[in-house]
Amino acid sequence: MARTLINVPKTARRGDIIEIRAMIAHPMETGHRMGPNGVAIPRRIINRFVCTYGGEAVFSAELFPAMSANPFVSFFIRADESGPVTFSWTEDGGEVQVATADLTVT
Amino acid sequence: MAETTPLKRRDVLVGAAAGLLVLSLPRRALARPDLEEAVRLFTGGAEIRDGRVRLDIAPLVENGNAVGVTVDVASPMTTEDHVRRIALFNEKNPQADIAVFHLTPRAGRARVSTRIRLATSQQVIAVAEMSDGTYWARAGSVVVTLAACIEEL
Amino acid sequence: MGPSPSQNPPPLRGRAGRGVWRRLDHRRRHQAETYPPPHPSPARGEGVIRPAVLRAASLAALLLSASGAAGIEQAERRSGIEFASPETQAMQADDTANPGMFWVLDGAELWRKREGAAGKSCADCHQDAAKSMRGVAARYPDFDAQSGRPVDLSGRINLCRANHQQAAPLGHESPQMLALTAFVANQSRGMPVTPAADPRLANNLAEGRRLFEQRMGQLDLSCANCHDDHWNARLGGSAVTQAQPNAYPLYRLEWQSLGSLQRRMRACMVGVRAEPFDYGAPEFVDLELYLMSRATGLKMETPGVRP
Repeated sequence: MARTLINVPKTARRGDIIEIRAMIAHPMETGHRMGPNGVAIPRRIINRFVCTYGGEAVFSAELFPAMSANPFVSFFIRADESGPVTFSWTEDGGEVQVATADLTVT
Repeated sequence: MAETTPLKRRDVLVGAAAGLLVLSLPRRALARPDLEEAVRLFTGGAEIRDGRVRLDIAPLVENGNAVGVTVDVASPMTTEDHVRRIALFNEKNPQADIAVFHLTPRAGRARVSTRIRLATSQQVIAVAEMSDGTYWARAGSVVVTLAACIEEL
Repeated sequence: MGPSPSQNPPPLRGRAGRGVWRRLDHRRRHQAETYPPPHPSPARGEGVIRPAVLRAASLAALLLSASGAAGIEQAERRSGIEFASPETQAMQADDTANPGMFWVLDGAELWRKREGAAGKSCADCHQDAAKSMRGVAARYPDFDAQSGRPVDLSGRINLCRANHQQAAPLGHESPQMLALTAFVANQSRGMPVTPAADPRLANNLAEGRRLFEQRMGQLDLSCANCHDDHWNARLGGSAVTQAQPNAYPLYRLEWQSLGSLQRRMRACMVGVRAEPFDYGAPEFVDLELYLMSRATGLKMETPGVRP
């Protein structure tokens, strides 16, 4: 269970366009780094990020090894309705990590 | 902070001849096959236009492991007119792809920030796909300085 | 070139046997008038220093620290963050963009984890870290009565594990140790570095300063050569900072991970082609003691972000 840090405003007015920041603890091993004994450390990255809000994937990303370690993304969503904003990160190999923040829209 | 390389007559002729008009890209970026290939895979061979895309990336970074980059595309983000995808590509890393961001009108604003790895000084290219099927791009140049001392792993 | 005359012959163990150590009294900007003689240590094969000389050395060292002649003038002291790019500064300033916070969060969890044969957590004795650990990292390293030596934060944590938790020590750069030290030091964030300045640490402080000013390695450079004499110049593409310890443990972009002050110092030693001290070596604790004294007044920033 990797750590995640998400920044979602607690409240927003309807129609506001709010900034979301999400970061997950992950080495994002590129597969090119040389380990001991001259053997390359195998690739292991988060390859997909999805932000779901109001039942829809409002923002998502395909990530490649050129993303930094502990990948950080900042994007915007329009505050339409109160409810959870869910984030999911998928790793090579299929493991999924999920985090949620509640947004209250007035 | 975005840099646009001036359009050369030779570029236009070559680009047009190849069926892939990529403005704002220097010749040496086009010379690398998999960058061109990666961009073409993204656009499906469609024409790429200059404008609408703003690429914010520092011209000189003190470490290539975490280079901040922001792409901002001018768009009303309505159902009729919005940005569908924003892709980032690089020139000299082992792989040209960096990320592809998928947006919906509910994003409200076509602006994405992230941190990327750049192996060496090179060009970074942001390509945006609009809901009307058009593609727009902007390139930026980054000088990557390396740490003064290499330490043991 | 070669060992100093007081070693006869140099034993092949400890720091003395490891490399070429030259003691040159080159002119330095902040050299004190009385320079304390070397700290006696059997491992280095040096002669034992007579008590009277030792007392004079302690007094000299106290005078050194009291006069503030150590390192950089107070008004000119700058944290490493001031030498970093605006992007790096922004990364440190935002807790949701600073990857070092992951270790702080892990540390908060470990603080409450029951460990060892005693089945105790840090919280069982220290309760709320925000209260009990506030200011601790800002004054460490501190004197440890048990060993009669200074102890740094990770050393103290391992002592607690041994004495109170009956738990095995944590590796110096292990994820758990990094998390705990990041968490504890984070409780001092924003507070000025205020060394404990225990008089019993006078010799160690002097030794730390001596190590800082000692040329080492194939490149024959001391810490002071760059960080006292040439801070704000550049080495390759990188800024030469003042080597201040106020943000440790920190997330270094080069490491793509959080790391300790000792890891950073080892990297510098490798950089000048010196055999680096081992993790946990007394030399490192003495150095950190001196560095913190030299950093008095700077605000703690843990977890810092550096290039």
